[in-house]
Amino acid sequence: MENNFIIQTEKLTKRFPMGKGEFTALKGIDLGLGTGEFTGLVGPSGSGKTTLLNIIGSLDTPSEGKVIVLDHSIGSLTAKEAARLRKEQLGFIFQSYNLLAVHTVYENVEFPLLLLGFPAGERRKMVMDALEWVGLTDKVKQKPPQLSGGECQRVAIARAMVKKPSIVIADEPTANLDAANSHNILQTMVRLNSELKTTFLFATHDEKVISYLKRKIYLLDGKVDKDEIVSN
Amino acid sequence: MKLAIKLAFRNLIGAGLRTWLNVIVLSFSFVLIIAAKGILVGWDRQAKRDMTSWEIGGGQYWNENYDPYDAFTLIDAHAPVPSEFSPEIEAGDMVPVLITQGTIYPEGRMQSILIKGISPEQTLLELPTYKLDTLPGSIPAIIGSNMANANKLEAGDYVTIRWRDANGTFDAAEICITGIFTTNVPTVDVAQVWLPLESLQSMLLMPGEATVLTFRDREINRIGVAGWKLMSYEALVSDVEEMIRTKSVGQSVFYTILLLLALLAIFDTQVLSIFRRQKEIGTYVALGYTRREVVGLFTVEGAMHAVLAAVVGAIYGIPLLYWLSKTGISLGTSSADYGFAIADTMYPVYSGSLVVGTTLVVLLATTVVSYWPSRRIAKMNPTEALRGKIQ
Repeated sequence: MENNFIIQTEKLTKRFPMGKGEFTALKGIDLGLGTGEFTGLVGPSGSGKTTLLNIIGSLDTPSEGKVIVLDHSIGSLTAKEAARLRKEQLGFIFQSYNLLAVHTVYENVEFPLLLLGFPAGERRKMVMDALEWVGLTDKVKQKPPQLSGGECQRVAIARAMVKKPSIVIADEPTANLDAANSHNILQTMVRLNSELKTTFLFATHDEKVISYLKRKIYLLDGKVDKDEIVSN
Repeated sequence: MKLAIKLAFRNLIGAGLRTWLNVIVLSFSFVLIIAAKGILVGWDRQAKRDMTSWEIGGGQYWNENYDPYDAFTLIDAHAPVPSEFSPEIEAGDMVPVLITQGTIYPEGRMQSILIKGISPEQTLLELPTYKLDTLPGSIPAIIGSNMANANKLEAGDYVTIRWRDANGTFDAAEICITGIFTTNVPTVDVAQVWLPLESLQSMLLMPGEATVLTFRDREINRIGVAGWKLMSYEALVSDVEEMIRTKSVGQSVFYTILLLLALLAIFDTQVLSIFRRQKEIGTYVALGYTRREVVGLFTVEGAMHAVLAAVVGAIYGIPLLYWLSKTGISLGTSSADYGFAIADTMYPVYSGSLVVGTTLVVLLATTVVSYWPSRRIAKMNPTEALRGKIQ
């Protein structure tokens, strides 16, 4: 494997038990992603996008093949090592935001920093910086149920970005948002990608997201159907 | 751990009413368990204190034939007071008591009684024996209020008593009730008449004899005396301790049920939490927790109910329990019903070990019931948890 990729898969296969048999979600995926990419896994439901994201995000393991993320072989990580990789290097953005409902906006964004053990003063500065990136400095004391869908997703982005991870994994981040909010969110992510050189990896079938991608990897029935780099 | 406590506290406070309902129910358990235990401790202390001051002093010598549970032994349970005790008796640090079985005839009825002779000058026991020295030319007697009520006797009443003397001859005389005392110790009250020791010795033809010798100082190393059995203070209060232990077991059943109800609420909350908060669990994992750490977080969260319950319980429990310890609790029962010393008003005693012990027991129990359902998290697939798809 080459060293200039921060995410690389080789003959990645993922099977799930189904009834008495098995269902193969990913069939020998070979991919390589470099630093600062703004890439999407594009495809219809059931094409294997989320499964691939979960494995790259060390939330799941491959059945066969190799997955190297930031020099870590996902298949051979212990639970503790995988947790450390997620905690230190990866940020997640989910379709349904997955914010902690009883915590305030500030506390939600602060959470990854608490896990990393940052001191209080530094934490505060980093949280406020992240909230400034997404334009939510006036909502610090509000709780997710008091926010709109777009605001919730911006909090989720701030939470994913606050620790300045190497990779942000976003699974259908605009699926629950209207067009205006979707564009707003995507523009925020494009800006962060450009300013912080963070690699963004999306799973999407939303045309609005696709239009922002710099690289589109089309998946179909668990295989890479097309890998397209968008020229500026 | 510090982080888990911080997050658990945020989660609990954020959960609002659900948390506070559990906390309040659990705090009731805290306060009731401490209150109930405090009553038993107070009862134990009061019973021993009253027995000490009214009956057993620092311990007793019993005539070797004396068996307080067998009245038929009384006829043989007497002997001259050993001369080695004379200095102690003269100093007022030992009181001889002569006991015999007899019959009283109040208002034409008949009731078996114990007739006890005691020196009117004694000050070792709280019995108002000075009232036995107030009626020259007659046999003065003092009785307890339970005895007086049961036989409708009042101070100044004359009543006939009958007894058997040392030769087995029955004899009878009129006694005059010169005093009625109130005590929580039924074994000096119920079905008993106290006469001057010398009068009883004369009536029974047992001069200088006694059945029981009660001494004041329990610290002195006591010698064995032929024909007399040394009964230590500990042996004499063992019945009280046994009774308290029995009551304590019965009460434990009560507060175990109470605690279980509170713990059931927490268990239920935990099970519901794990089902309802799947996405949150998945999120914790995605953000960098291991599943075991999430189990720890949920366990700390559940256990923290007990910590909050201790704080809430303290807010209303400390003034309440303090007030109870000062004003006491009226049990609405008589010591005669129980057969041993129990006051009309009980004053609970709360020791530090009782409070700390109860807190630790509740905390431990809460931690166990919190951990139990949380173990399920360790088996969760985080990718399914993130989507809330686990059934």
